[in-house]
Amino acid sequence: MSGRIEEHPILGIPEKGKLVTFIYNGKPMQGCEGEPIAAALRAAGVMTHRYTQKRHEPRGIFCAIGRCTDCVMVVNGKPNVRTCMTMLEEGMQVQTQYGVSADPDWEAHK
Amino acid sequence: MKRYGLIVIGAGPSGLSAAIESAKRGVEVVVFDENARPGGQLFKQIHKFFGSKEHHAKIRGFHIGEELLKEAQEAGVQVVLNATVIGLYQDKEVVVRIGECVHHYKADAIIIATGASENMVTFDGWTKPGVIGAGAAQTMMNLHGIKPGERVLMLGSGNVGLVVSFQLMQSGCEVVALVDAAPKIGGYGVHAAKVARTGVPFYLSHTIVEAEGEEHVTGVTIAEVDERFRFIPGTEKHFDVDTICLAVGLSPMSQLLKMAGCDMEDNPKRGGQVPLCNERGETSLSGIFVAGDVSGIEEASSAMIEGRIAGISAACYLGYLSETERDAEQEKQEQALEGLRQGMFAPKNKGKTLTQTEEGIAISTNLLRHGYLTDEEVERYPGVTHRAGIHPIMECTQNIPCNPCQDACPKKCIKIGEKITSLPAVQEEATCIGCGLCVASCSGQAIFLVDETYKPGYASVTLPYEFLPLPKQGDKGIALNRKGEPCCAAEVVSVRTAAAFDHTSLLTIQVPADMAMKARFFRTEEAV
Repeated sequence: MSGRIEEHPILGIPEKGKLVTFIYNGKPMQGCEGEPIAAALRAAGVMTHRYTQKRHEPRGIFCAIGRCTDCVMVVNGKPNVRTCMTMLEEGMQVQTQYGVSADPDWEAHK
Repeated sequence: MKRYGLIVIGAGPSGLSAAIESAKRGVEVVVFDENARPGGQLFKQIHKFFGSKEHHAKIRGFHIGEELLKEAQEAGVQVVLNATVIGLYQDKEVVVRIGECVHHYKADAIIIATGASENMVTFDGWTKPGVIGAGAAQTMMNLHGIKPGERVLMLGSGNVGLVVSFQLMQSGCEVVALVDAAPKIGGYGVHAAKVARTGVPFYLSHTIVEAEGEEHVTGVTIAEVDERFRFIPGTEKHFDVDTICLAVGLSPMSQLLKMAGCDMEDNPKRGGQVPLCNERGETSLSGIFVAGDVSGIEEASSAMIEGRIAGISAACYLGYLSETERDAEQEKQEQALEGLRQGMFAPKNKGKTLTQTEEGIAISTNLLRHGYLTDEEVERYPGVTHRAGIHPIMECTQNIPCNPCQDACPKKCIKIGEKITSLPAVQEEATCIGCGLCVASCSGQAIFLVDETYKPGYASVTLPYEFLPLPKQGDKGIALNRKGEPCCAAEVVSVRTAAAFDHTSLLTIQVPADMAMKARFFRTEEAV
């Protein structure tokens, strides 16, 4: 799976925030403070951010700049948060989103 | 309602340049940008830019971004971030969402520099996690230090597809193939060649049939297409990948202009829906100007110049300089812009198939089809000569506006001349001292130093190297040819790094004498 770049031939060692713990689907996970949630998840090997409302298809990062809204998740209880534009904070609750709300009337993926 | 002299929408290369030119002349300027950082896409551009000195040639994009931010700060430009302009109404009313609030502002003039958005293309499985835009890959690796994937297939052979493929490899990802439905490579040949020589195969006239995988991408199938872009059965090829990267063009983000009521046109040469505007950036609406990709897809260097032109126009419109002064100042900028719009890839040549260079030399068909020059083709260009001792070999075969190599050589071995698009020629009377400044200055990594008489039976080849780990003197390995195939054993005889080279290391390898004109990349034994 993907991971972090330890040293880059042009950019050197990436400047990152301190390592913090956040909660991904109820389990602790680590990421760097101040990086997009999506970046932390990708580095940890999480590809699927949500499942679509009608066809229950998986979706993940697509544009990474806040345009496509494919990467939305439930963050701190709030649904439809663009994880590529929202910066990671210590203790954040990040959950896979099923459908378009935080608590959908949909049992298929629970 | 707060009123400004000038509101600029977008803090990318063109918007910042526009704001700087207006602010310098006394206009009260504010720039709104929806992102958390200014600079637009410049900070993701880690390659050296093309052009001449006035276009910041051979400087990496993110360094140009840093300079621009500094200049904006010095000029007193106010940049408001996380501020999305959601409406543009009559009498120059600008509606901006900042956080959870919507604010209304008025301006006496507006410059729209919203840039472009990436195109996408659909195929079976294109929505699966693991299918990403090339911009997403750049954002992840160059801004956030995250590898977008381990094994990547790139769709699109324009400059974005080529440059991002190279950057993926710099980040430690493997690029398994570069695919394009078009029959020829769309971007600069030099960008293709630096990818091809590392061993990435090019599949032109091919496109994606299907992205495979249940939960996320685990593989991809491509197939050849005919001249009408229909799949040819039996030509399918499969690759195990975890990431598919799409680099299939950009479209101007011109929605705000349309909303404001500017006259628009659908112009495929400019990338889609664009405002009608003149060379000063004036739209059909008085006091509303445009700059950068929103008025036609080009690249960051021209966007910055267009920004400066629009900024001067707006300052004149607001009465901060006369029309005569405006015309005089814009003339300089227009000359610089005109310089960038020359050569084979000029907007006017879009869609044309050229067969000869400006010098009348046949263009390499292999380069356009497979990404590399054949051993025979390379000999016909003026940058390729043979002599005893060390000398430059410039595998620069397309007319593109770029000339840093000419200035780099302290011994005047390289001549491009007045016309910036001319192919570099070796000056026979000058003597190369092997300093390597030309190798490091070439944004296309197309210059090599070759000594065909290095040692009895051996030649040396000095090549630009921008990967980690950096090989060390004495390392043994193999040399790869232009196609990226192993061609002979090679030993590193020197590794040079210098501040002047700006992170391009110069690797000198020793190869059998008959490989002097074949060996173009190096791989250590461990990496083989």
